[in-house]
Formats: sequence, C-alpha cells, structure tokens
Amino acid sequence: MKTEILERVLADREAKRQFALVTQLATGDQSIVHLGGAGDGGVDPALRSAVEDAIRDDRSGTVQGAGGDAFVEVFNPPLRLLIVGAVHIAQPLARMASVAGYDVTVIDPRGSFATDDRFPGVTLVNEWPDEAMPPLDPDRRTAVVTLTHDPKIDDPALAAVLRSDAFYIGALGSRKTHAARVERLAEAGFGADEIGRIHGPVGLSLGAVSPAEIAVSILAQVTQALHARERVAA
Amino acid sequence: MAADAGIGAVSKDDDVLGEARVWRREGRDVAIATVIRTWGSSPRPVGSHLAIDTGQNFVGSVSGGCIEGAVIHEAQEVIETGKPKILEYGVTNELAWEVGLACGGQVHVYVEKLD
Repeated sequence: MKTEILERVLADREAKRQFALVTQLATGDQSIVHLGGAGDGGVDPALRSAVEDAIRDDRSGTVQGAGGDAFVEVFNPPLRLLIVGAVHIAQPLARMASVAGYDVTVIDPRGSFATDDRFPGVTLVNEWPDEAMPPLDPDRRTAVVTLTHDPKIDDPALAAVLRSDAFYIGALGSRKTHAARVERLAEAGFGADEIGRIHGPVGLSLGAVSPAEIAVSILAQVTQALHARERVAA
Repeated sequence: MAADAGIGAVSKDDDVLGEARVWRREGRDVAIATVIRTWGSSPRPVGSHLAIDTGQNFVGSVSGGCIEGAVIHEAQEVIETGKPKILEYGVTNELAWEVGLACGGQVHVYVEKLD
C-alpha cells in the first residue's frame, strides 16, 4: 500500500465518508471508490457497481473484476445510537455503546438532565425529539432508544422514527406502559407493522436490575438486531 | 456478525491503520496484513488488520492469536521484497500442525508493505 493511499483512506474515514479501498489481488494495485463518486478513477464500471453494492451492504469481501479477484474493504461511518432521555440508564448505555463503536447522541429537552457533566464526550441535543430527530435523519445504520417513559417526550420521538430506516427502535417501559403506548400510536395513525417495529419492553430478557445491567440488555438487543439484518442480507 | 461476513458495520478494532501511519512517519518499515476471506468459524472477520514492523512489533489481530506469529514472520519477507502476498491458513493447510486454527476455520490474509 502506498503511504499516499493510506493517508487518503484515513482522511476519508475521518471525514466520515462512505467509501471502499479496492485492492487488485493479482497486482497489489489499489484505488479508492466513494459511494456515488462517479469521478473516482482506476476501477472499471462493472467492478465499481459491485463495490458500491458492498458499501451499501456494509460488507467487505472479495469480488471478481476484469483483472481477477479484488478485495473490497468497506469503510462506513460509525453506527449511530440516538438515546431519547438523559436518564440514569442512558449514562451507562452511552458509555457501553461508545465502546462497541457507536456514535452516541442523547436527546432531552430538559437541560438539567442532558449535561456534559453527566454525559462527558457525548453529543447532547437539548430539544424536543420531534424537532431533534428530522435533522439527525435516522438511517439504516442508526438505532433509536427512548428511555424517559414520559409520553410527552417518548411518543414524539417514536412518531418521528417509526417511518424511518432505523435498524432498531426500542422503548423503555413495562408491558402495561407499552400497551398504552401502542394504543396511543395507533390512535395517532401508525399501522400495526410500524408500531410492531418497537422493541418494548426494551432489551433482551436478562433479569437486569441496575441501570448498567439494563444498558447491557439494551445494547445486546441492538447488537442482535444489527446482525439479524445482516443475516437476511446475506 | 456471521463468521463469513464483513464487519464494516462495526468498529473493527483499535485503530491499526492509524498506528501504521504513525510508525511509517517515524521512519519504520511497516507491513499491513488484512483478513480478506474467511470460512467457517474464524475468530476475526474480513477486514481485520494487523500492522507489523521489522522489530516484530505488531498491533491489531487477524485471528485469536493462532496465526499472528506466522503472519509476523511472513511480513518480514514482504517488507524486504516489497511484494504483496496472500497467506492461507486452515485445517487443510500443510502448516495446520504448526499454525492451524484450532477452531477449524480457514482464513486468507493479504500482506503488503506500506511504501
């Protein structure tokens, strides 16, 4: 690998671009292909299309091109976790998710909850979720978890993401709380398929009690959803 | 993550490529090893990296520790010749008794010099 290629890979990664490093295994020649970057040189059109598919599927691997096998290493920006509610559980969840490779954003309109002291190094958005969500544009590499169990805050957040591509949507609350939530969302016009996307009560059933344990169960379920999706794609 | 799938989705490992750049800037000769194919139960997914220098320092991983020693050894030759190489490890490999994967998986590793 040329140092110049490595520099470009690291710069593109830093800029959170979606791209791949393509290595011709027979020759060692390398080029960088950006998603939608028709101007990138050095890759024939058929290979480019396979590479762009790999970037979209978030799947590194070997593809066949005119010049033999090419290794495609996909670089996508980090997965994102949007946490609604700067509550106690959000603190360990933000830290654990960050270790697992997520870019974490905590949304809470209550300024006394979402503070840098409570969430060092985490992106905080002091807005109501219905305002905060659209610009964050939850995509298929985003998970969303609501933790306030206050309908005034959680419901608008869920309403803003139920029709998004987010790969995971979870909402804290007991079965009873969730049943009431399902009813409210149905009244608000959401279909059973959309409401059925919500994992509620949130998290894998681990018997978790403390905030940190509940965070483990939530992150475990997010992980499960992420890889279930990949198994379908494969 | 299925064993045969890429891992672009997830934070891969520590920043091996960034570390390789640091080493290069310090004037060290560096090789980068990358997992390019896996079959069966392989501990590290496609796209995992190991950076190696001529002092046999290394960072990252391409297996659970089963083949790193062999890859580090091969990397010395790649650094000398400048020619990239594909290394194949698995239970069917002739080297299986020395550096096979105890898990029964197979892995191909691409090793290249950073120049």
